[in-house]
Amino acid sequence: MDNPLLNVKHLKKYFPVARGWRKEKTFVRAVDGVDFVIRQGETLGLVGESGCGKTTVGRLILKLIEPSDGKILFEGKDLAHLDKKGIRPLRRAFQIIFQDPFASLNPRMTVSEIVGRPMEIHGLVERSQRDEKVCQLLQSVGLMKAHLSRYPHEFSGGQRQRIGIARALATEPRLIVADEPTSALDVSVQAQILNLMKQLQRELGLTYLFISHNISVIRHISDRVAVMYLGKVVEMAQKKALFQSPVHPYTKALLAAVPSLDPKRKRVEVILEGDVPSPINPPSGCRFHTRCRYVLPKCLEEDPFFHQVEGDRWVACHLYSS
Amino acid sequence: MGTLLRIKNLKTHFFSAGRVIRALDGVSFQIEEGEVFGLVGETGCGKSVTALSILRLIPFPPGKIIGGEIHFKGKDLLHLDEDEMRSIRGKEISMIFQEPMTSLNPVFRIGDQMVEVIVLHQRLDRSRASRKVLEMLQRVHIPDADRVMNQYPHQLSGGMRQRVMIAMELSCHPLLLIADEPTTALDVTIQAQILRIIKEMKNELQTSILLITHDLGVIAEMCDRVAVMYAGSIVEEAGVEEIFESPGHPYTQGLWGAIPRVDQERETLSVIPGMVPDLSQLPPGCKFHPRCPYRFAPCDQSTPPLFQISPGHLASCYLYSKGETDG
Repeated sequence: MDNPLLNVKHLKKYFPVARGWRKEKTFVRAVDGVDFVIRQGETLGLVGESGCGKTTVGRLILKLIEPSDGKILFEGKDLAHLDKKGIRPLRRAFQIIFQDPFASLNPRMTVSEIVGRPMEIHGLVERSQRDEKVCQLLQSVGLMKAHLSRYPHEFSGGQRQRIGIARALATEPRLIVADEPTSALDVSVQAQILNLMKQLQRELGLTYLFISHNISVIRHISDRVAVMYLGKVVEMAQKKALFQSPVHPYTKALLAAVPSLDPKRKRVEVILEGDVPSPINPPSGCRFHTRCRYVLPKCLEEDPFFHQVEGDRWVACHLYSS
Repeated sequence: MGTLLRIKNLKTHFFSAGRVIRALDGVSFQIEEGEVFGLVGETGCGKSVTALSILRLIPFPPGKIIGGEIHFKGKDLLHLDEDEMRSIRGKEISMIFQEPMTSLNPVFRIGDQMVEVIVLHQRLDRSRASRKVLEMLQRVHIPDADRVMNQYPHQLSGGMRQRVMIAMELSCHPLLLIADEPTTALDVTIQAQILRIIKEMKNELQTSILLITHDLGVIAEMCDRVAVMYAGSIVEEAGVEEIFESPGHPYTQGLWGAIPRVDQERETLSVIPGMVPDLSQLPPGCKFHPRCPYRFAPCDQSTPPLFQISPGHLASCYLYSKGETDG
């Protein structure tokens, strides 16, 4: 594929858990073989329901946790096998924006310290010029110079998320992972943050991995979308193609479950029955087969391959394998 | 169809550290029999306080209902004593909360908790009550209902717990069900299941529903009529199709423009400038005027009453005061 900034191959993360009175070791297969690429300057939306592994993918890419298997090629370099020391010089190239703007800012640091510290650590700015640089960043996210010496508790949720964005931008990163950045915010504040993120992307040529459970938000912000279910990406395509003609049965059901804002339009009833199975003991074959309407005998035994079906659409489903 | 609940000029305030927080500042609306009435608004606008005020569950101190009327089936709930109120809660008016785990008792089995409600309100003996529980659990499509009756809340998933809550709350055939963000903690596919169950139960039992949510999609799907709240007041009320097609109040318009939509593409979302006011220091006049793009002379002088835009469509905004001739 052309110009990938990040290329993720067969990425896996198993978390060990001890179960039962004998403390038998088993594994939560949070991410179980995920492949995707993110191209320079685009937004890849990663969508799925709680527990599908989307946050774990974000953290793996940033090497906040160690992958169990697979490759993370960032500009051609494999991050997966780099140790802490090896990764440090690369860290400034990727940053994260967290979900909870109340928990992700240190309450004892001023805004100037929060945003300025990453620049100092990476030696991007002299101490004497720090405040000037921080000030520019604050203005670019819609805050003011007067906010420099204030503490996080003095700000509203939306303003705190702006501080979080300024901090992420401080090291001039190539890739920003945004993990549910607007889920804690009201819709009117969410709109401000989404607009800001789009505007910054245009101005600075940023690349985003945007993780969210909110399908409408994903549709608004993304160029391409990857849908996850139980530790795997089941479908990935250009946004327009994915929303207009989803092919994977899970994607279809997920999109149909979102209530429409038009009270006259009655929803097409594709209601998924049952709950998501446990990632400790996922179903055999295709993981979605327990809830799928189109299940084939093959689905119970063989895990479908994630493959390209047309143009830029990838899918993991036996219905679409030749 | 008659009116089931009529709320007039309800005021609930909280008193804290010498400040008065006007959480509800003159709220009026009514719910007809068999109707799903939606209450929508952003965090802190008073949606949940409205629900708790109806059931008189506002903790005192710091909160107090300081004025207004809540007529339910002709009685003013604010004039009942605690015993009379207790016979209404859970029997004639029941409530589903956002997080079912916190409303179910973790140390009792599902069946036992549900039987207790029925024995208390319907004077059935335990074995008949327990048959009734089984039937209710089956009606909300819980697979293996007799097994679930013997389980504890932590053994169930979020969607299953919310089904149990619905079954429990509807087991006494209440006239009014208050659902406060019933699907907010759930994933969309589970939300779709729960909304379908609420709809089915409503059609079977003819229960009226007060549905409180910040999710406009849920409102569009479920409600017959909708009221929009802002800073402790209702700013607009209309039928669901009307309010989505032609929102009247500038706040409603702003809110509608701010939502990313699944069915439409928009490059930028519209933004309401400024922030929600502090409820202890509300601006004079219309509470929305400091953020309103259309504000003019009277807006910071006096609070606009609800003006009629078209039959059944009311907005608390002076933009519509010209149409106000027939009172």
